[in-house]
Amino acid sequence: MSNHAAYILAAYLVAAAILGGLVIASLGARNRVRRELAARGLEKRR
Amino acid sequence: MVDLHFLANPARFRRFSQRVLPSLGFATALMLAVGFYMAFFVAPADYQQGDTVRIMFLHVPAAWLSMAGYALLAGLGASLLVWRHPLAALMARAAAPVGASFAAVCLLTGSLWGRPMWGTYWVWDARLTSMLLLFFLYLGHIALSRAYDSPERGDRASAILALVGVINLPIIKFSVDWWNTLHQPASITRLDAPAIHNSILVPLLWMAVSLLMLFVLLVLLRTETEIDRRRLENAEAAA
Amino acid sequence: MNGFTTLLMRDLRLVLRRPGDVGVVLAFFVVATVLFPLGIGPETNVLARIAAGVLWCAALFAALLSLDRLFAADYEDGTLDLLLLAPWPLELAALAKCAAHWIVTGLPLSLLAPVLGIAFGLDGPSPLALGVTLLVGTPTLSLIGGLAAALTLGARKSGALLALLALPLCVPTLIFGAGAIEALAAGEGIVTHVAILAALALVALATTPWAIAAALRQAGE
Repeated sequence: MSNHAAYILAAYLVAAAILGGLVIASLGARNRVRRELAARGLEKRR
Repeated sequence: MVDLHFLANPARFRRFSQRVLPSLGFATALMLAVGFYMAFFVAPADYQQGDTVRIMFLHVPAAWLSMAGYALLAGLGASLLVWRHPLAALMARAAAPVGASFAAVCLLTGSLWGRPMWGTYWVWDARLTSMLLLFFLYLGHIALSRAYDSPERGDRASAILALVGVINLPIIKFSVDWWNTLHQPASITRLDAPAIHNSILVPLLWMAVSLLMLFVLLVLLRTETEIDRRRLENAEAAA
Repeated sequence: MNGFTTLLMRDLRLVLRRPGDVGVVLAFFVVATVLFPLGIGPETNVLARIAAGVLWCAALFAALLSLDRLFAADYEDGTLDLLLLAPWPLELAALAKCAAHWIVTGLPLSLLAPVLGIAFGLDGPSPLALGVTLLVGTPTLSLIGGLAAALTLGARKSGALLALLALPLCVPTLIFGAGAIEALAAGEGIVTHVAILAALALVALATTPWAIAAALRQAGE
């Protein structure tokens, strides 16, 4: 990884932050909507 | 050709996506882990770019997927406007932020590649500039689909925008290429390798497939959420 | 065709009744371009170098600024519903509205730009060439802007959204419009650039009326 390691690691960290953040946000949104549906009795609680 | 029509029904799509998502998530994580290992430890350093070629394993698939994502938006827009598929609108709403995120990854990794290779974080390179404009098209699509009080209007307006955008994208690409050849600063060396060696190509394609799986995973997950959200809104409207 | 001219004349009459609206757009164009020498400094060679780009960008912003009311008044007072019910194609109505917009903004901007170009230090045939590129290029801006206006009809925060939608689509016109003056300065002709600008205008003419009509239909529902 010689001389440019900082840039390479930064690139992978940035990508992980954006895509990982999107996965986490999407999972959070799904669980929130499901909870609300369950609260209205539209979906069985799990 | 597999018949995917059964997925056009939102309720059936939801059951399907709930069934495949856990295993798809597991497989994607595995693929990405192997991909990162290959990118960092198996692929050799390029003789021209050195170790920075490892950034390409993210940058190039992100570029491919963000372009494919816009084509997907246009296809979904057409199927909403022409056939009034109820699922197309929800999937477009789900896919636009995913495509925009891949475009952002492409831009940021390109910029981090440019710093050591070109000596600056941003160069008005034809491909980077086109990608930036694609990113703006995504932003417009996302903003328009959320700009209305009634979600159906946002769906149809952004579907029209996606179709106009996909017609204009080649024109934008062509004009940016033209503009770039006129203004090309002499210091930039172009790195269009005539042929990519297998030791680089295999990790690149592996990462492309892994990220494609992540793209599909995100779109399925978010579409499912949009279906549930629409159900919730309908229930609220009925109450 | 009768409906087309009727609607065009009606829109022009509406503007003529309040000429101040056009005046404001032209004043914006002049003030915005005058800010550049004040911000950058009065060196003539620098100003002449950036003149075409600055004037094209300012013309683009001026055209967009006046667009968000293009369909809004008709939408609010019910004229749009009548247009939707009219026996002639909505595509022609969309074209008439865009043509009216071009006559009251694109055309005066093209006539005004050469004068500002001279103030920026353009000499020889350059100011005239600038006017010609604007004349050929601004119809595209009116058509694309008209589409953005139709898409954002009734949306929240429609003004800023309109600009976000229209600007990326206007990039090709901007590139070839401003590029023509540079080509002229480099000793090439502007024929290629003007031909491409005309081609872009024709593509816009062939595609946007349908998209605008589709957007208006879903707004009217």
